Amino acid sequence: MSVTIDTWVRVGAVGDVPLLEGRSVTVDARRVAVFRLPDGWAAIDAVCPHRGGPLGDGLVAERCVTCPLHGRRFDLVTGEQDGGDDVVAVHDVEERDGELWVHLT
Amino acid sequence: MYARPGILVVGGGIAGQAVCEAVRDRDPDVSITLVCGEPHRPYDRVRLGSLLAPEGGDVEALRLRPDTWYEDAGVRVLTGVRVTELDPELGRAALADGTDVVFDHAVLCTGSDPLVPPLDGGGGAHVFRDPADCDAIRAAAAGARRAAVIGGGLLGLEAAHALAKLGCPTTVVHLVDRLMERQLDGPAAALLAPAIERLGVDVRLTHASRAITPTGLVFDDGSELECDLVVVAVGVRPHVELARAAGLEVARGVVVDDRLVTSHPKVLAVGECAEHRGVVHGIVAPIHDQAQVAAQTLAGSPCAYAGSIPTAKLKVMGIDLVTAGAAEGPREVVDAAGDSYRKLVADPDGRVIGAVLLGDARGAELLIDAVRTARETDDPLALLAEASQATAAELPDSAQVCNCNGVCKGAIVEAIREGPLGSTQEVVSVTRAGAGCGSCKPVVSELLKLERDGAAEEPAYLCPCRRLTREQVAQLVREQELTSVGEVAEACGAGRDCGACKPGLAYLVSELQAGRFREERHARFINDRVHANIQNDGTFSVVPRIRGGVVTPDELRRIADVADRYELPMVKITGGQRIDLLGARKEQLPAIWEDLGMPSGHAYAKAVRTVKTCVGTDFCRFGLGDAIAVGIELERAMEGLHTPHKVKSAVSGCPRNCAESYVKDIGLVAVDGGWEIYVGGAAGGTVRKGDLLASVASSDEAIRIALAFLQHYRERAEHLERTYAYLQRVGIDGVREAVLDPAEQAALIERYRIAKAASDPDPWRERDAPVHPRQFAELDGAR
Repeated sequence: MSVTIDTWVRVGAVGDVPLLEGRSVTVDARRVAVFRLPDGWAAIDAVCPHRGGPLGDGLVAERCVTCPLHGRRFDLVTGEQDGGDDVVAVHDVEERDGELWVHLT
Repeated sequence: MYARPGILVVGGGIAGQAVCEAVRDRDPDVSITLVCGEPHRPYDRVRLGSLLAPEGGDVEALRLRPDTWYEDAGVRVLTGVRVTELDPELGRAALADGTDVVFDHAVLCTGSDPLVPPLDGGGGAHVFRDPADCDAIRAAAAGARRAAVIGGGLLGLEAAHALAKLGCPTTVVHLVDRLMERQLDGPAAALLAPAIERLGVDVRLTHASRAITPTGLVFDDGSELECDLVVVAVGVRPHVELARAAGLEVARGVVVDDRLVTSHPKVLAVGECAEHRGVVHGIVAPIHDQAQVAAQTLAGSPCAYAGSIPTAKLKVMGIDLVTAGAAEGPREVVDAAGDSYRKLVADPDGRVIGAVLLGDARGAELLIDAVRTARETDDPLALLAEASQATAAELPDSAQVCNCNGVCKGAIVEAIREGPLGSTQEVVSVTRAGAGCGSCKPVVSELLKLERDGAAEEPAYLCPCRRLTREQVAQLVREQELTSVGEVAEACGAGRDCGACKPGLAYLVSELQAGRFREERHARFINDRVHANIQNDGTFSVVPRIRGGVVTPDELRRIADVADRYELPMVKITGGQRIDLLGARKEQLPAIWEDLGMPSGHAYAKAVRTVKTCVGTDFCRFGLGDAIAVGIELERAMEGLHTPHKVKSAVSGCPRNCAESYVKDIGLVAVDGGWEIYVGGAAGGTVRKGDLLASVASSDEAIRIALAFLQHYRERAEHLERTYAYLQRVGIDGVREAVLDPAEQAALIERYRIAKAASDPDPWRERDAPVHPRQFAELDGAR
């Protein structure tokens, strides 16, 4: 489905993700969650390091997401856990001509 | 990066994991390889008994860390392969699969093997050490008329209890004249045996087993116990073969010095395989002490391990038993009454060296700490009495307050001071103490109160980030006529920072504005975005509305068809008399709802749940009221309404209370000549009998009062405050006044009607009219 050009992967259309929500997608065998924020996009590993919760289903605020399973909270810019030592990988995500592109870091 | 030598940890048990973590904490760069002989990554062997549960258990649920931890920590893990040979001089280990691992240092965490005494026919006995053993035991127990467990120590009793819970009659056979003789003195053991028997496990003391025959277990005196399953749990033997073959000094265990180094400077040993100053520990607590010392040794820091005080806790439901240190000694004081036995042991100088708490383990944290620190006391009896009354203030900083998240008192106090934090809610959210089962929250509140010199808590903030209370936000919503969470965020910033309060804001605005409220799905928890309850694996559970627990054959057929068609892995009868279809993927939900043709049961929401009923006058010979009809009427009247927290209800047709009305948020009970309405009951993590709100003559009046109470709770309670917590906070008298006053009651009922009219009785209709075209889809449409 996805077309790979360089290392950027097209993951969907802009309209696929509602404002302040996340949706997940597999890129290179890795589950990535893409979030639509008031001022742009964010992408992080979709699996919570605590117990594997789906971060794409979390509650989203302006720059963080809260895991729906046990409430671990991660910064969408740095990937760092709020109030803990866990970190999730942060990936590049861009909007081009109405399409969403992800680049794993 | 793994190619360069580093640290090799041999053994993937609790000790191996603890060593990996302690080493990584001190050195982010050193290469670590963990070799696990079992086909699993490290799991919590202490909770092995849970794998004997009737439905089977998943060792994955016992995992100490998720896969991502190893990835993030840069720990290379090999599973299902054993180290067959260790060459300390060359720094090389050979693995069973023919490969080699090189190392600068190796840490042996090889643990122990179950000890099996010489028995004729002993090959037919089961041991209880790993998940495969549990599977074998459960399978054998399925057809067994009786099981025998040889060994009345900690492990044996836990195994016996698990077998009894499987429904298999079980006998514990013990060689000596008292249970747990390593931890208990005679009187405590004498109390423990009947307590174990009350749980359905027979106890046979002073019985030496000689042989296992096809019909049972034969003892030295020639007598026999008929059984078709024998589990041996008499102790463990350190696993030392690898060390011995490598030329390391081995006594009972692998001999280590105070730095946990073996006779070869490149090799350390930690846990049940290690022998330190002649002692081999077979319990979990010393492992963590040892892992810390081993990591310090490897990091080149000066350190010394002086041994650990053995502590034990029997993990058998219904028996409180905690021991620390010696059970007997030069000075002993005992406080025994009925089924409880509390003992403190001191040395001749008055230093505490042991404690036994059975049947009443109050103050255990404080007493364990007293044993650990060899606290001096002139009056041990006073210390014992004081511990049972111990408040949070007297707990030592090292005492663990929250067992779910492993938070000690010191960390909580530090967080309160650093914050500074002003409410229990803040402390829970910062420290995570109380965020698990919540049972330690009273201690957390007590610590907060102490730190604030007894000052009242700051108000519970609806939005802690912006320090806004529910009342402050409500005032803003009313004044500015705000109709959505987005407008509230714009007006005062609430919900923008961490977002956790958005569902609370959504509830508040919907409650205040009723029909004018504008839904924004980003403000809802995932359950309320897809109208199903998220499960630990990211799938969802589906619970259709089954009013009063009454279901038609046709509905049952449709439910069965859906379970088959969508290959749902489990169909479960719930505690609320409904049917739960588990394991549905998000994108399957709309089709499942369509095929069910039943409305949503709101089982996923902070909303009115089910109304449980008994058969009442329809069939029951004791029934005084028509519980089913009244329950269904009540459920219809309440369904679809969202609430500050979930609301569970029940209607019982007589005071025998078969529908458990006394322990529901709202419970109706038919009595001779009328109905009683109970509110604020609970039977979850907190158990509380509801308060009697009113006794009335007719079911119509009872329903009306129940609805008035529901509306009162909807308007007054804090977000996520259950009715029992609300009633404990404000008291039943005030609630009674508000709900029973005729004018106020009429006003409450009027506001209830408006809210009910604005509510969505079946959000599952979004299958035909989704709020967003991709409401139920991931980007790639499949997981």
